[in-house]
Amino acid sequence: MTDVNSMTGGMGRRLYGPRGWTVLGLCCIAVFVVMPILNLAVPAESPFHVSAYWVTLFGKVMCYAIVAVAMDLVWGYAGILSLGHGLFFALGGYSFGMYLMRQIGSDGQYRQPMPDFMVFLDWKEFPWQWWNSDSFLWCAMLVVVVPGLLAYVFGYFAFRSRVKGVYLSIITQALTFAAMLLFFRNATGFGGNNGFTDFRRILDIPIATPQTRMTLFAITGATLIGTLLLARWLTTSRFGRVLAAIRDAEQRVMFCGYDTVHYKLFVWTLSAVICGIAGALYVPQVGIINPGEMSPANSIEIAIWVAVGGRGTLIGPILGAGLVNGAKSFFTQAFPEYWLYALGLIFILVTLFLPQGVMGLMKKKT
Amino acid sequence: MSDNANTSNESGGYGRVSTGGLDTTHGVVLYLEDISVSFDGFKALNKLSLSIDIGELRCVIGPNGAGKTTMMDVITGKTRPDEGTVFFGQTIDLTKMSEAEISTVGVGRKFQKPTIFEHHSVFENLELAMKADKKVRSTLFSKLSSAQMDSIAETLKTIRLGDNADRVAGLLSHGQKQWLEIGMLLMQEPRLLLLDEPVAGMSDEETERTGELFLSLAGKHSLVVVEHDMAFVEKIGRKITVLHEGSVLAEGSMGEVQNDPKVIEVYLGR
Repeated sequence: MTDVNSMTGGMGRRLYGPRGWTVLGLCCIAVFVVMPILNLAVPAESPFHVSAYWVTLFGKVMCYAIVAVAMDLVWGYAGILSLGHGLFFALGGYSFGMYLMRQIGSDGQYRQPMPDFMVFLDWKEFPWQWWNSDSFLWCAMLVVVVPGLLAYVFGYFAFRSRVKGVYLSIITQALTFAAMLLFFRNATGFGGNNGFTDFRRILDIPIATPQTRMTLFAITGATLIGTLLLARWLTTSRFGRVLAAIRDAEQRVMFCGYDTVHYKLFVWTLSAVICGIAGALYVPQVGIINPGEMSPANSIEIAIWVAVGGRGTLIGPILGAGLVNGAKSFFTQAFPEYWLYALGLIFILVTLFLPQGVMGLMKKKT
Repeated sequence: MSDNANTSNESGGYGRVSTGGLDTTHGVVLYLEDISVSFDGFKALNKLSLSIDIGELRCVIGPNGAGKTTMMDVITGKTRPDEGTVFFGQTIDLTKMSEAEISTVGVGRKFQKPTIFEHHSVFENLELAMKADKKVRSTLFSKLSSAQMDSIAETLKTIRLGDNADRVAGLLSHGQKQWLEIGMLLMQEPRLLLLDEPVAGMSDEETERTGELFLSLAGKHSLVVVEHDMAFVEKIGRKITVLHEGSVLAEGSMGEVQNDPKVIEVYLGR
């Protein structure tokens, strides 16, 4: 006889075990308590002081980690390899960047109420894309709606036409490349190849103070933890099991009565929205957004973070984003010309020897 | 042991199958009329007409390339016919529906190569196949009710994988995978089951049990079995359809079909 109850242990919605929650709690303490104290309260002479450089670097890497989790949802779980996720990240960044540009007010180089690049181009009024861009709420809404809508429309046609595998990857790559060329043009209205920079304020609060920096850092940390929990909640639901089934045998899923287009479209759009939010958090911390963020190489790098960390593990991609960007920071300072070779080598080694990434290595050990 | 499988089926949930939407007043569950499909000029199906009665167990045989799998593709919406109609009951035109919709109205299909979710546990495979609301929103919040648990446990018993419920499906033997796929079909509570070479790669004992299972399902469900194993067909087939070059060559009992000169010519003549 089969004991039904014994085999349903894994079926309940338990996000993490006690150990997982403890680690997550320690991460919260590190982000919300330790870092603020070390940066704001410990004097700069002390060896324990964490400088603004490190706060910004960690904040930046956490933004990337959010993107990595979003990428894992579509690639690791649904089996859709996007090589254009940098586009959604950049669109979120540009949406929020418009607001930051408006917050400069008349403090720019030209002392004009319009952004410097518009004055330089001799524009007398804001183009239509900038409508209502002085409103924080409007731009915050664009951060979600612009990447989400683009992903929805693109996904609707791609998934309905059953474009998959390498063909979908190539199309996403072309999409981000086309967008980059579009944003390079001055006429597009987003500052051409210089993009947006020189931000002064956010919500009328000066942006370059330690307090603002730390607040942005903490918000990013909270968003990362929230994204992880949301993704974990999704992937432990029956929805998540359907996604993984689509990855492994899409036809069988269809013959089980699931309309797989809706499943892929949902997770694809959600992933793009999360990337947009990460981009919006990235721009005020790093202080610049330009079309380079849409370059194909950036999107490929996102896939490498996920592959290095381990697909379909959620935690792995966060580690992957941290490891690869840590290595990048080191290499670009120590041997700047060799970074791309190192990145390529990492990718090849991981593909050959660690198909499940760093997480696979950890599983083998335990 | 085999009695066990049979009785658990009879007392199982399959009697609950809703008849909503499916009109079988004339006793026919599936009706194909003049179906033609061609791939690059090759006529895979050529004016194929076939009807399956409610509760019937029909075996379909035929040489390679006769169009058996293409016929299943057309019924399940994977391939659109160039001509012809496929009616499920009196009113449902399957040629205008997607794979998922066809499955939802009650057509289940087993593939030639066992197709299961290799990274999911046996239990999860059955859970995903289970007849339920399969929209995105409901799968986000769904929990298994105790009735659903019971029905999964019952199917596990029927397909004799009760002790493997938590095992990753990819680790099962070939025969067990075939059974799991059949179990997934049963979870869908279909009115019509299409089974493409269900006993390929099974041991003799497994083949025997599969035959018993199918016989016990007939009556409550309608089954169409495509099979090469003639001994198996002889054992379960009440009515046999022989396909050849995309159309029906002969139809009848095993004895009638075996003595049909056209069939003899196709199978032995060359």
